[in-house]
Amino acid sequence: MIRGTVHIETEICKGCELCIAACPQDSLALSSNINRKGYRYVELVQDNCTGCVNCALVCPDSAITVFRQSKSAVRKIVSASV
Amino acid sequence: MYQFQYDSTPKLMKGNEALAEAALRAGMQGYFGYPITPQSEVLEYLTEHAPKRKNVVVLQAESEVASINMIYGAAGAGARVMTSSSSPGISLMQEGISYIASAELPCLLVNVQRGGPGLGTIQPSQADYFQATKGGGHGDYHLFVLAPSSVQEMAEHVFLGFHIAEKYRMPSLVLADGALGQMLEKVLLPKDGSLPYAEKSWATTGKTKDRERNIITSLHIDPNKMEMINLQLQDKYRKLKQEIRFEEINTKDADIILVAYGLTARICQKAMDLAKEKGIQVGVVRPITLYPFPYEILSTLAEKASAFLTVEMNAGQMVEDVRLAINGKRPVFFKGRMGGIIPNPEEILLEIETIAEKQQLKNIYA
Amino acid sequence: MNTITIPDEMELVYSKPETITDTPLHYCPGCTHGVIHRVLMEVVNEMGIAEQTVGVAPVGCSVFAYNYMNIDMQEAAHGRASAVATGIRRVLPEKYVFSYQGDGDLAAIGTAETIHSVNRGENILIVFVNNGIYGMTGGQMAPTTLLGMVTSTTPFGREQSAMGYPIKMTDLVAQLPGAYYVTRQAAYTAATVRKLKKAIEKAFQFQTRKKGTCFIEVVSNCPSGWKMTPIEANDWLEKNMLPMYPLGDLKVPKE
Ligand SMILES: Cc1ncc(C[n+]2csc(CCOP(=O)(O)OP(=O)(O)O)c2C)c(N)n1
Ligand code: SF4
Ligand code: SF4
Repeated sequence: MIRGTVHIETEICKGCELCIAACPQDSLALSSNINRKGYRYVELVQDNCTGCVNCALVCPDSAITVFRQSKSAVRKIVSASV
Repeated sequence: MYQFQYDSTPKLMKGNEALAEAALRAGMQGYFGYPITPQSEVLEYLTEHAPKRKNVVVLQAESEVASINMIYGAAGAGARVMTSSSSPGISLMQEGISYIASAELPCLLVNVQRGGPGLGTIQPSQADYFQATKGGGHGDYHLFVLAPSSVQEMAEHVFLGFHIAEKYRMPSLVLADGALGQMLEKVLLPKDGSLPYAEKSWATTGKTKDRERNIITSLHIDPNKMEMINLQLQDKYRKLKQEIRFEEINTKDADIILVAYGLTARICQKAMDLAKEKGIQVGVVRPITLYPFPYEILSTLAEKASAFLTVEMNAGQMVEDVRLAINGKRPVFFKGRMGGIIPNPEEILLEIETIAEKQQLKNIYA
Repeated sequence: MNTITIPDEMELVYSKPETITDTPLHYCPGCTHGVIHRVLMEVVNEMGIAEQTVGVAPVGCSVFAYNYMNIDMQEAAHGRASAVATGIRRVLPEKYVFSYQGDGDLAAIGTAETIHSVNRGENILIVFVNNGIYGMTGGQMAPTTLLGMVTSTTPFGREQSAMGYPIKMTDLVAQLPGAYYVTRQAAYTAATVRKLKKAIEKAFQFQTRKKGTCFIEVVSNCPSGWKMTPIEANDWLEKNMLPMYPLGDLKVPKE
C-alpha cells in the first residue's frame, strides 16, 4: 500500500467535516480541541492515509496539503522486499 | 486649462454627429449604447465610421443597464469609453453610474435630454439637471457635468469630458438636449488624435509579476474604510472646482442678469438684445460646467445687478443653485417651460419687463 | 504563507495553488463557493495564464471573490457581471475573462445580461453557482429554488401557482447559437470536483478559439440557507437538486 499523509491548517479549518466523509480510509476525525475561531478542527487520527487527495479536493477552505511516498522511496521499499 | 487643437476648415454637422465624430477623434476605444430618440444618431454614426479605425469597439447593448455596466468593465480595464442616451435611458443607468463614481473609473456619459417625467416626449428638455448635478444614483457622488450650447461645444465637450474624467478618475457627463443633438451648425472639429491617453496603472489588464493585483470595486464593508473613500471623493470634488467654466455676456453694466445654460442660454441672448431695445440693461451668465457650479461669479455679480432671472426648460432646477449663490442678496426670478417646449425670446422679454417694473428699473431707463 | 515541511521520503501531491491568496474565506463551513474558487484558480495556475486573466465577481455571497483569487478582478453590480465581463473582453480581446455568479445574480436580476452575453457569443467563461437560494441576503427564494422547498420567503414551500417553476438557466442558454460549450457540473465529492476541473480547463482552452461563450453551471450547496449541516446539505443536493439539475454536458463543440 502507498503511504501518504496530510497537513491540515487547523486555524483555517472550519470543521465542516466534508473531508471526513470523503476519506476512503477513515483517516480523519474532528478533534476535541477548538481553534482560535472556535471551530473543532479536523485531524489525522490513523496512520493509514494513502495520499489519495480526496479530502483536499472537497475542502472549501484549501486547508489540506497532501503528501505521498515519493517514487524513489517506493522503489526502495520494493527492492527491500525482494 | 485644457487647450484644444482644431482642424483648419469647418464642417456642417448635426450635434449628435459632431459629438460622435469628436469621440472617434478623441481616441475613444469603446462605445456601448442602446438606441433612444433623440440621440440614436450617435450609435448610428459610430457603427458606420468606427470600423474605418483600428481598435474601436462599438456595441449595441441589450439595454442601458447593460451598456453602463459594459462601460464599467471596459473603463476598469483601462480603455477610453463612452455611452450616450436620453433621459429615460439615463435613469436606467443610475445604479451603474454610482458604482463607476465609487470605483473612480474615468468615462464619458452623454445625456441628450428629452421631456419627462415618464416616457414623456421626444422634444428637448433640461429637466434632468437635478439628476445630473446632485447625484442621480445612490450615495454621495458627483459627475463632472458639461452643458454645451452649440454644435461646436457638442464636439469640444467630448474632448474636455474625457480629459477631466482621466485627470480626476471620475465619470464626466455631457448634458445636452434634443435640439442641440438635432440641429445643424458649422463646427470646427478638434484635431484627430490630439488627446493624449492618461497613465492607468490601476486598470485590470492582467496581474503581472511586478505588481500587486488590481481590483476594481465599490464595496467597503468596514464603515471606517467607506468613510475614508467618501472623504477622498469629496476631496476630489473640491479640487474639481478649478475646472469651473462659464461665459459672461454684457454683465458689466447689467441690471438684470439672466442665468441659463445650453440651448436656453442662446435664447436668453436674443431676449437680452430685445430688452436692450426697450432700454433695459440685461446680461447673461451661461454656466458651462453645471457641476462644479459657478457660484462665485453669480455671487460677485449680485453686488451690482439688482435682480436675476433663471431660464430653464424645466420646473425650476438650476434656479436653486442660483439662489444659493445669490444667498438672498437680490431677488432671483424663474421662467421655465416644460414638457419639451422651448421658451421663445419674447416670453423671456415679458418676464424681464415685469421684473424691471417690480424693481422699478423701467422708470430709470424708459 | 505558512511553510509546511515535506515529511521525509514524501513528495507534495496537492496544495493550494498560488493563485489563491492566504486570506481566510468568509464563507460558511462547507460552502461550495470555496471549492469552486480553488478549482478555477488551480486551472488558471496550471495553464500559466494568471497574467492574462481578468475575473468578475458578482453581488452575492461570492462578492468578495476578489479577496481570494490572486489575479486582476472587478466587482460588478448585482446581475451585471456578464455585461462587465463583456466590456473587459471587448477592449482586451486577447485576455481570458470570466464572470462568477450566483443563481439570484445570473438567473433573476441578471437574466437579460446572461441571455444576451451568450447570444452575442461573448468569448468569456460564465461560472454559474446554483445553490437554489439567495445565500447572502439570508436564504430567500431564488429562481432556481425547487418546488416545495422552504426558504425565508417561501415559508410554506415554493408553490408553483404563486411562484412559478425552478428555472433551468443552463438548458435555456444551451439553446443559444452563441453558446460554445455548456455543461452542468457539481463539486460535492472528490469525483465531481475532478470533473469540474476538467470542464473549467476545457472552457479556458476554448476561449482562445473565439468561437463563443463557455457556460458552466455548478450545482452547489448552501448549508446555512438550507439550514443543514454541510454533510446533510451535500446529501440533500444529491437526492433533490440533481434530479432537477442533472449533471453532464449540454453542448460540446466538435474538436
Ligand atoms: C440591485 C440590488 N438588489 C438587491 C441586492 C441585494 N442582494 C444582494 S445578494 C442578493 C442575492 C444573491 O443570491 P445569489 O446570486 O443566489 O448568490 P449567493 O449569495 O446564493 O451565492 C441580493 C438580492 C443588491 N445588492 N443589489
Ligand atoms: S489524502 Fe485521502 S486517505 Fe489521506 S486523509 Fe485525505 S482523503 Fe483520507
Ligand atoms: S450563506 Fe450559503 S452560499 Fe453563502 S457562504 Fe453561507 S453557505 Fe455559502
